[in-house]
Amino acid sequence: MKLNDEERDILAGKAGPVPQQALKHQIKVGDFFAARDFVPVTQAHIMADTESLGEAGVQWLEGLAATTEGEHRVRIPTITDPRGTDFAKADWLGQTSAMVDLERRAIVAFEKLGVAMTNTCINYQTIQPPTRNEHTAFGDTGVVIYANSVCGARSNFEGGPSALSAGLTGRTPRYGFHLPEQRRGSLRIQVDHTPATLNGWGGLGGVIGRLAGNYWAVPVIEGIEGAPRSDQLKHFGASMASFGSIALYHIVGLTPEAAKLSDVAASDLPVHRVTKADVEALQKSYHTDDTVDVVVFSAPQLSLYELGDLAALCDGRTFSVPMLAVTSPQVKPDSDRMGYTARIEAAGGHVLSGMCFYQSYAREISEARGWKRLATNSAKLVNILGGYGYRPMLASMEACVEAAATGKLVRT
Amino acid sequence: MSARIFKARHAMGPVVRGPALVANDGFSARYDLDRIKGVFSRPAHKLAGQSYVGKILVLDTAKGGVATAWMLHEMKSRGIVPLALVLNSVNPILAQGAALGDVAMLAGFDEDITAAIPNGAVVEVNPAEGWLKVG
Repeated sequence: MKLNDEERDILAGKAGPVPQQALKHQIKVGDFFAARDFVPVTQAHIMADTESLGEAGVQWLEGLAATTEGEHRVRIPTITDPRGTDFAKADWLGQTSAMVDLERRAIVAFEKLGVAMTNTCINYQTIQPPTRNEHTAFGDTGVVIYANSVCGARSNFEGGPSALSAGLTGRTPRYGFHLPEQRRGSLRIQVDHTPATLNGWGGLGGVIGRLAGNYWAVPVIEGIEGAPRSDQLKHFGASMASFGSIALYHIVGLTPEAAKLSDVAASDLPVHRVTKADVEALQKSYHTDDTVDVVVFSAPQLSLYELGDLAALCDGRTFSVPMLAVTSPQVKPDSDRMGYTARIEAAGGHVLSGMCFYQSYAREISEARGWKRLATNSAKLVNILGGYGYRPMLASMEACVEAAATGKLVRT
Repeated sequence: MSARIFKARHAMGPVVRGPALVANDGFSARYDLDRIKGVFSRPAHKLAGQSYVGKILVLDTAKGGVATAWMLHEMKSRGIVPLALVLNSVNPILAQGAALGDVAMLAGFDEDITAAIPNGAVVEVNPAEGWLKVG
């Protein structure tokens, strides 16, 4: 990679060992993808739940945080994805003291490095959405695909070590979706319907993600009517990123880079048709039981509007199986203040904050609480949890609430 | 069988040699693995139930989220890690994870590498020279 004077100084250790180590890591990745140079970034977002880090990752972080020589704090606003627990609910979730201790150690290390513990995967709704052409280093695939597609910002998937490195150096290797040529569409998707429900949007994202197939694919979608809401595109993108590792899509006439098809796509791109039946088939493929052990709303964290809708559905109900609704630390106080939390809890539900279900030792929670058959309205969550030993089932928010009350999930 | 060499466009990590575990399927440490037992655990994965420990995984593409960037490092610290990852295409997360964990990785071939390498074959991965050798 071509380095400027400042980068050569960092690499030589003139800024201290922390930015030096960060830049070395970034050069390894940049060389792998043949990046020609670095691009300055304005924000970084770190995925770093301790189930992923483990003891080894936390020790690695603590080693960086213990350094006092030279620059040893992030240079740009650097925030965090959900943690591995809600400390107030850890016992109820069946998490062990070892898990909670590891979380506390990671937080201490991040704070020493100057990282702001926002603990959210919906920072584009709650902290600061990026602007068009803003180069960022975002972790969490749902954040990246929303930032790239809906906001027109420029980010690759930046895993925890790379996002932290970007925070520490203020730059990231210029490859992938930082380059205009990578942002051109690679396949056209014609849909025959516009979903109405969040699980419908997630299902559509899942079908398109599977079709597109890999990180470098950029679906260009036609046929969406009206103006989808942020929560709908949140589920759509998070699911597409989960099923297909997709980081950018365009919706013709809607997303900022695709006012018309020719802005983002050649006329001879392959065309795939996605029908309502395809989306229903994906949802039905997960419906493997009629009984549920637990209902989870998470992945991504719920917005205030989603919690408001959920609270309305909970009114007058009494749940027979556990129901969890997971939100961000920014939204939770408003949910409390608006009375949504109390209405959900009055039905027997639990509102958790600052975590996400699949990033919180889901396998161990399953074993501790005996939860296998899980209903959710998140297509992303059903795609992930099979590997954790669950039998996840996808349904509407209304059907999931009904399942929490009756223990039965109605087939649709 | 005479040796065949496959050139990769992207490469990093140490030289390794070992048995190949091959499938035309994706890879995500979070979605697909039981990282305690060291086996593929997602029921729909073509390698479900098989151990990946000490294997050179030959797969199609990266799937899923960002956790693999930490998980390869964590798995290596416990010795429950693939010997190398060889894929038709990778996403940045796999590359970032391999960089942190110092795991050998090759990606980008002129043919479908999952069809070219027999399952169980002993292969050598040489990232410094950007090739994989079988036979």
